[in-house]
Amino acid sequence: MSNLTFMPVLWPLFTGIFLIFFAKKIKLQRGISLFSSLIGIAISLYLVLTVHKQGILTLGVGSWDAPFGIVIVADMLSSLLVLTTNIIGFAILIYSFYSIGEERERHYYYPVFQFLLIGVNGAFLTGDLFNLFVFFEVMLMASYVLLVLGGTKIQLRESLKYIIVNVLSSSFFVIMVAYLYSVLGTLNMAHISQRIAEVNQPGIISVIAIGFLIVFGLKGAIFPLFQWLPGSYYAPPIPVMALFGALLTKVGIYSIFRTYTLLFYHDQDFTHTFLAVLAILTIIIGVIGAIAYWDVKKIIIYNIIIAVGVIIFGISVMNEQALSGSILYIIHDMLIKGALFLLVGIMIKISGTDDLRDMGGLIKQYPVLAWTFFIAAISLAGIPPFSGFAGKLLILQGAAESGAYFGMAVVLLSSLMVLYSVMKIFMNGFWGTSKIDYVLPNKTVNKMLVPAVLLVIISVLFGVGTESIYPFITQAVDTLMNPDIYIKAVLKE
Amino acid sequence: MKQNDLILQTVTKVAAFVILLFAVAIFLGGHYSPGGGFVGGLMTSAAIVLLLLAFDIKTVTGILPIDYKLMIGSGLFISTLTVAGGLLFGVPLMTHVYHYIDLPLLGHISLHTAVLFDLGVYLVVVGVTMTIIQTIGESE
Repeated sequence: MSNLTFMPVLWPLFTGIFLIFFAKKIKLQRGISLFSSLIGIAISLYLVLTVHKQGILTLGVGSWDAPFGIVIVADMLSSLLVLTTNIIGFAILIYSFYSIGEERERHYYYPVFQFLLIGVNGAFLTGDLFNLFVFFEVMLMASYVLLVLGGTKIQLRESLKYIIVNVLSSSFFVIMVAYLYSVLGTLNMAHISQRIAEVNQPGIISVIAIGFLIVFGLKGAIFPLFQWLPGSYYAPPIPVMALFGALLTKVGIYSIFRTYTLLFYHDQDFTHTFLAVLAILTIIIGVIGAIAYWDVKKIIIYNIIIAVGVIIFGISVMNEQALSGSILYIIHDMLIKGALFLLVGIMIKISGTDDLRDMGGLIKQYPVLAWTFFIAAISLAGIPPFSGFAGKLLILQGAAESGAYFGMAVVLLSSLMVLYSVMKIFMNGFWGTSKIDYVLPNKTVNKMLVPAVLLVIISVLFGVGTESIYPFITQAVDTLMNPDIYIKAVLKE
Repeated sequence: MKQNDLILQTVTKVAAFVILLFAVAIFLGGHYSPGGGFVGGLMTSAAIVLLLLAFDIKTVTGILPIDYKLMIGSGLFISTLTVAGGLLFGVPLMTHVYHYIDLPLLGHISLHTAVLFDLGVYLVVVGVTMTIIQTIGESE
């Protein structure tokens, strides 16, 4: 029993509630949010260190023991993702101060921001399948509000699509949970895993596994369920876009991580091959989008889809190296996507357009912005020693080990294409001569740069220091490769 | 055109109180019998909505000068505090505590921390329902 396990959820909940009372006092709201974010990072860091020292932490909420009550489980994967979420939340929060606008700030932007963090952290930490659904809903509710807040025409149009897609996928989620419950009679993930192992995953369970893949694939934007993403993520202002791009799809991926390593791992010839095919198609579609567009926001958005494909491919290979690669890559991707969205946001703010063909020559007036973007871009492509490298290398090694050469080739080629797509932004946006008058360097732009630079620095440190972080990753992978560790920690046998 | 709503207004003056009292009864009965904060809250908002229908927004805000958004906040706060109570006593969050006492007039009754949580739910339900209805009503 450890109440610490639930603190990453309880803390933003208190903050969010507190902020409701000061809706009209913007400065106070900013102060409280900032302070709370820092504490949030401290709590999650402490959680990571505690899990590293003591192993998996569990909390039977309301003193009800597993498998009867809801358990909150912090294993290494969850804790690392919670920590990353809090860091990204902090950076985007600072960026919001200078760009979200007073109108949105007065209409409960900051409380809803905290509620989104509750949903994301909760989804990472829960050990109960139905509770996962609940936290998905908390996260989605908050994201609906953030998406529609401001009420511009494009936001309303895209919110409608986003809500329809998500309501459909949520109802499908409940249906799948009900199916699984009717087959196995339990909702506790450890208990489900144990019971599936007892019956050795008959056909019906594999069908349910694919059903869950549809649900999580819709949230995580894998092929062919990604169509809603480029439109919906394009609509809201940059901070919200960064928040969605860095966090929301990753919750879908995390759920695939959890279900496909802990629950449905007995019939890998079927389920994981299916996953691999979808992953490769996702990468290809993402690459086509990333290369085709001249709109900076669209290019980064399609890069999300590529990253989703790469991570899912790592999961589908399902050996120790590929999984460590996927975990490294998902953390790297959260950090770097957050940073890239913020940087692209600054570019749009300076030039007043999001079309690359109208930009150019930004590097003369904004050298810091340019070089930060450059580092972020080559990190994204996975050039050593930056953060994308180790993850991709391990995924490739894992793939080679289990003979998935085709997928390996696709991932390798996709890296080149990713490099091309972001270098396109760099060369057309920062090099050359300017075609329009830019906003001159000023205080606001400099302040907006701070969180973006911060995220890039963290990601560079993450890349250079991969060696020292590796014990944490190994611990996370151990749990994924040996579900017994998880089951024992939860059911205490 | 002025509507003749004399009957509606007269009935409402009595009925609103009956509904409110019944809401309280249902709220308190919640632990052992059907009811609780959610239903109680809905009934309370029904009573206020009835007042809104019979009179108008101005009169009702005159009787109940409440900022329903703050009511949502207070409700959430009370519920979350109840959840966090476990931190103080070193037991898992949301752990339920109850106790029996004898009171004059009321007799043998039980006290539950769940009621505190439900009070929060009650306030949130009333707050949310009324915020929605006010928002729709004002935009006309």
